[in-house]
Amino acid sequence: MAIIETRDLSFRYDEQSALALDGVNLSIEEGSFTAVLGHNGSGKSTFAKHLNAILLPTGGTVWVGGIDTKEESRLFDIRKTAGMVFQNPDNQIVANVVEEDVAFACENMGLPPAEIRSRVDEALSAVGMTEFARHAPHLLSGGQKQRIAIAGVLAMRPRCIVMDEPTAMLDPSGREEVIAAVRKLNRETGMTVVLITHHMDEAALADRVIVMKGGKVALDGTPRQVFSQVERMEELSLTAPQTVLLLRELNRDGAGLSLEALSPEECADQILKYLGA
Amino acid sequence: MLKDITLGQYFPGNSPIHRMDPRTKLLALILYIVTIFIADGLIPYVICAAGLVAVIRISRIPLKLILKSLKPIVIIIIFTGALNILYTPGTELFRLWIFRVTVEGIRTAITMIVRILLLVASTSLLTYTTSPMALTDGLESLLGPLKKLHVPVHEFSMMMSIALRFIPTLIEETDKIMSAQKARGADFESGNIFQRAKALVPVLVPLFISAFRRADDLACAMECRLYHGGEHRTRLHSLRYGKVDAWGGLTAALVCGGVIALSFVL
Repeated sequence: MAIIETRDLSFRYDEQSALALDGVNLSIEEGSFTAVLGHNGSGKSTFAKHLNAILLPTGGTVWVGGIDTKEESRLFDIRKTAGMVFQNPDNQIVANVVEEDVAFACENMGLPPAEIRSRVDEALSAVGMTEFARHAPHLLSGGQKQRIAIAGVLAMRPRCIVMDEPTAMLDPSGREEVIAAVRKLNRETGMTVVLITHHMDEAALADRVIVMKGGKVALDGTPRQVFSQVERMEELSLTAPQTVLLLRELNRDGAGLSLEALSPEECADQILKYLGA
Repeated sequence: MLKDITLGQYFPGNSPIHRMDPRTKLLALILYIVTIFIADGLIPYVICAAGLVAVIRISRIPLKLILKSLKPIVIIIIFTGALNILYTPGTELFRLWIFRVTVEGIRTAITMIVRILLLVASTSLLTYTTSPMALTDGLESLLGPLKKLHVPVHEFSMMMSIALRFIPTLIEETDKIMSAQKARGADFESGNIFQRAKALVPVLVPLFISAFRRADDLACAMECRLYHGGEHRTRLHSLRYGKVDAWGGLTAALVCGGVIALSFVL
């Protein structure tokens, strides 16, 4: 069984409202880096909240690490398996000192102080914040705060980390910091990452992109497969990366290029090949 | 303007006083306060004051800071002093208009002033040398036995530490909201006190709403990090008594005990 599985997952916030999730069937493999894209109200955040049992399905089932999220007695096991990072870094930092905040989850788990110490050090070094261990969180930048929040989740040693638009409130350099830290985690420790985002360039770094619309999965595939479907993307009111758009314009004049270019380098290669030919 | 508020007023350092366990400091402070209220006579007060100065020296907190902490209570001191001088009956020294100034009055006034000064200086020394977090932890640990009586000690200390954590965040937010209101023509500086208080309403309303939203977010984030109250909770830095505490506690007990004994003998 994959680390996260959903079957016919549907959810509505209250009786009168429309379905926020409508028959979502997904399975996310351990060690993968999955981006979930979608417009506001597409259901992507609602989906994320199901992976941590913050919300429970109205219909269908969600399994996290093989546990049905409806099993209330195993709530802590679910939350230990899939850690959650939220949008606003200020509102998820509990303590006055960075290392004490990172230790918060371990303290709640009732671990012995020596074990907490080693986990905190490990988590801080994983996000490159070791030197800030004794700092006050409110004096750090947005990107640094968000990395602390990630470290706070890592200290639980989860198998999967779910991030609900972690970069939405950050400036470009903060965004870069956070995404680099997340990629490193996924590459080096094989941490399963589910990144909810509305930035195409962040989604392009993932192994798999899921596009949601109206509570349903609209597209699902590798970034190349998804982003090269320019017309379909536009239907979903998302803009494909500029590289793909440029290649498409060239194709209008009959260049016949493959649209599967996500980085400027790949795009340049395609154009050079065309010019050379 | 709001940036100047430094609540808790902790000055980090590495002196023996800083390193002392917050519980020892709290207990020593309580003992000290009891002592200065029991103490009687010149010599006991001289010892109390000398003891405090010695501790301030050891803590390497500049004396200037301690004096600064005494500034807000000047009015109280003048008030208490005046009342005691004018209203204590006893041997008349001289007459001031309709008031009789007595020897006893002057004596009580001086004692009260010294007590208040020592009280405020010693408590500020505690907050100067102990981080708010350590202080909350110490309080939680000292009040621990009350848990048996179902007093939510852990919850109180958690609330206190979260409140401390969010002070800078909320101050920043207040500044932002005030700037936004000023940009739309709000005037916080002119008018009498009532008009100025009224002008703050449009600042407080959004501040409150956002504080509630933050609280909701934070509660969710805490639950996601397995928070479930104080039971079976461990700490990264668990409080531990060390050598400094033994020496500090012993010295405090001896000096305070000595002063109390001396006050009764004299």
